[in-house]
Amino acid sequence: MAREVTGMVERRGMGLWLTHLLMIIGVLVIFFPIWLAFVASTVTQPEIVHPPMPLWPGDRFIENYTAALFSGVNVPVLTMLANSMVMAIGIAVGKIVISLLSAFAIVYFRFPGRNIFFWLIFLTLMLPVEVRIVPTYEVIAGFGMLNSYSGLIFPLIASATATFLFRQFFLTIPDELAEAARVDGARPMRFFWDILLPMSRTNIAALFVILFIYGWNQYLWPLLITTDPSMNTIVMGIKQMFPSGDDVADWPVIMATSILAMVPPVVVVISMQKLFIRGLVDSEK
Amino acid sequence: MEKRVTFKGWLLPLCLIAPQVVISAVFFFYPAGQAVWQSLFIPDPFGLSSRFVGLGNFEYLLGDPYYRSAFVTTAIFSTLVTLTAMVPALFLAVLADRLVKSAGVYRTLLIWPYAVAPAVAGVLWLFMFNTRVGVVAWYLGQLGYDWNHVLNEGEAMGLVVVASSWGRISYNFLFFFAALQAVPRSIIEAAAIDGARFWRRFFTIVLPLLSPTTFFLLVVNVVYAFFETFGVIHTITSGGPQQATTILVYKVFSDGFVGQDLGSSAAQSVILLVVVGLLTVVQFKFVEKRVHY
Amino acid sequence: MATVDLDNIKKRFGTTEVIKGVSLSVQDGEFIVIVGPSGCGKSTLLRMVAGLETITEGELRINGVRANDREPMDRDIAMVFQNYALYPHMSVAQNMGYGLKIAGLPKPEIAAKVAEAAKLLQLTDLLDRKPKQLSGGQRQRVAMGRAIVREPSVFLFDEPLSNLDAKLRVQMRLEIRELQSKLGITSLYVTHDQVEAMTMADRMIVMNAGVTEQIGTPLDVYERPETLFAAQFIGSPSMNVIKAEGRDGAFYLGGMVLPNPTGVEGPVMLGLRPEHLVPDPEGPIEMQVLLAEPLGANTLLHGKLATGTGFTASLPGVHRVMSGEGALRLTIEARNMHLFDAETGRRLG
Repeated sequence: MAREVTGMVERRGMGLWLTHLLMIIGVLVIFFPIWLAFVASTVTQPEIVHPPMPLWPGDRFIENYTAALFSGVNVPVLTMLANSMVMAIGIAVGKIVISLLSAFAIVYFRFPGRNIFFWLIFLTLMLPVEVRIVPTYEVIAGFGMLNSYSGLIFPLIASATATFLFRQFFLTIPDELAEAARVDGARPMRFFWDILLPMSRTNIAALFVILFIYGWNQYLWPLLITTDPSMNTIVMGIKQMFPSGDDVADWPVIMATSILAMVPPVVVVISMQKLFIRGLVDSEK
Repeated sequence: MEKRVTFKGWLLPLCLIAPQVVISAVFFFYPAGQAVWQSLFIPDPFGLSSRFVGLGNFEYLLGDPYYRSAFVTTAIFSTLVTLTAMVPALFLAVLADRLVKSAGVYRTLLIWPYAVAPAVAGVLWLFMFNTRVGVVAWYLGQLGYDWNHVLNEGEAMGLVVVASSWGRISYNFLFFFAALQAVPRSIIEAAAIDGARFWRRFFTIVLPLLSPTTFFLLVVNVVYAFFETFGVIHTITSGGPQQATTILVYKVFSDGFVGQDLGSSAAQSVILLVVVGLLTVVQFKFVEKRVHY
Repeated sequence: MATVDLDNIKKRFGTTEVIKGVSLSVQDGEFIVIVGPSGCGKSTLLRMVAGLETITEGELRINGVRANDREPMDRDIAMVFQNYALYPHMSVAQNMGYGLKIAGLPKPEIAAKVAEAAKLLQLTDLLDRKPKQLSGGQRQRVAMGRAIVREPSVFLFDEPLSNLDAKLRVQMRLEIRELQSKLGITSLYVTHDQVEAMTMADRMIVMNAGVTEQIGTPLDVYERPETLFAAQFIGSPSMNVIKAEGRDGAFYLGGMVLPNPTGVEGPVMLGLRPEHLVPDPEGPIEMQVLLAEPLGANTLLHGKLATGTGFTASLPGVHRVMSGEGALRLTIEARNMHLFDAETGRRLG
């Protein structure tokens, strides 16, 4: 990243400041919705419903967030946060585990049906859950998995992106490493644990970030299968906080909830920025 | 691309691959098959029995003005989202690329919206443009513009497009920025020595070099606009007004779950399946090429 | 300590036969070099001995016991790979001890064996490093160390020096040979470098296109190459080979006449090593020198014969022959002439 820019293509003086200025304006515009939500989560309801609302945070931070976390509208936001956490981690871990295992099988073994399985798994790349919602809903209902974590998690694990990524990565590992392990006496699972898994650490971490956000940000699926408010995830739960009809929404609490809904994924993304970018670029190419 | 050495045996690999195969079968292939199957039937109003109608559901759909308008809406929506998400991202990436030292700081700031769920993004934008309390709507009112996306179809479309594109700007920015960083300095310097000024260099040298990334993002953003914007639309407009923001995925949901028209919903799923299939083939062809470089 | 026997070993990938029947008996403690150009099947042969490739046909015996169907770990072998194949996430000590750990040895014993091998290889200070913190030569030593700690009956080396620079290669060559004779472990060593083969081998197998061209000591192969291929592959610069006609007790090649003590008649291939040519104003061989490469100790003269055939001579010391002016007459002792059948390329006489 630190690259020496020299000579003719270097930017100096006016050009540089103009670039900074444009960049700052860009960042401010992009940031504005989040800022506004944060401000709204720190002021009183009257301040919001009599526009224009202030553009600088108020002093109701603690009250509003306490209200959201412990009472919420239908259900305490804390419960929804916990549900989201379980779902996001469940999806990330579940997908990583099954993908690691199947990628290992596909890359390091020749067995009957290998190609068929590979293509079957590959086909699942093609179909987002949004497209098959009705029948998938019926499957989950048939298993009695409505309003359950397994119902939230399993259908979203059935996708091959992670398998594909691990397959690509395993293929870049020199053959000699597996041979050396064989000569050293390692049986397949030993090789998997001792060599392959530690070598995949960064890939696993990067994928975890991507999948965590993917799981956390799910909307349609939890909307369908969690009819019990205590099973709501936070991302879908926000919409449920809007009153039906003409009642006025409790904006400070809703906005506090919105901020709470974005904190975990934002923290994950910012704190693991390098891994995240690597994972993103890898998983998409 | 095969490994030279492999481990022996077939039972172990079958066990290893089993979890994924079982989950895919139960939660993916079976429902997908069901969608195809159901698309051939019309259930009676009480849901007790269903009648085989062959391609009747499809015929009906393709003749249905609402469905056709959903198609048009989806096309407009995804085009607008793709443009709105990519052009500013490219612009910001070009700026950031010129700011060598501080680029990392800007990048960190710009990543945020990517982490925000589309549904939450919908709530944030709804809040800004809310007809009663929205700050932006209020200021527009002060300027004499009466914003009302609840009634005005164009404004509704505009709002869902911007709300959907917002988080994607971060995503596209990351890719464009990475691609720009990968442009060899020597090429830029050679162009500079050849006397090309910045914008000239950008359009004749840099942009063509970015074309693989641009094409890739084009496909990915279209896929996003098709399938992942449900949350935005559901939170902001619920498909209205007058179905002006009802895209195909939203219609599968509203017909299937709200309208309980399972046959039609299933047929719509199958049509979408074909659309995704085509997009995936395009994407994969491209990915394949890139992987082999 | 062990003997290794290869009995008409063959390998087919699908229908293509890449090893066409190799037989060899390796004595206990012997250092065998398998040498040949890339694609000749030498690595495949080694990998079959290691158990990394299945043997299509023939029998492999280690210590007299059939080993065809044994897993690599059960063959009592250790292998050094071309790219070293060190586990990148493990320290030097962990890399070296991994095989012992799998074998279930107690930790103190592993540590002791690793320390001993490390001392032998001067790796003691590097035991905690990761492979990527090591230089090429150090990685090479770790790969050796990994092989040593297991105290195998057979060492297998797959072009272990080809990723090193020239100077280091010479040094490691010596180290490997020294170590091997100190430990007395039977070794099979694959290389494409004929210098390595010459300097390291007790005996070498020259392979070409899946076939054994010759098995013998380095000097055997150098002095009495069995085939044209072996003759040209071993020795640097490579042997001159000229088509000649044996007639009336002499060899006729172009306008030149060489003595023929063997009495072979008819078309033959005549092999003359560049270093065996001696300048002689009366000599029967006349070459047109086009390029001189002074190497200091000797000078390589590249040119061609009157027939147009390329020809190289290596003369001791410095020779200031300018290209263009250089018509040079040479002679060669009859005992240094190699004769090969023009059809089969096999040695005559």
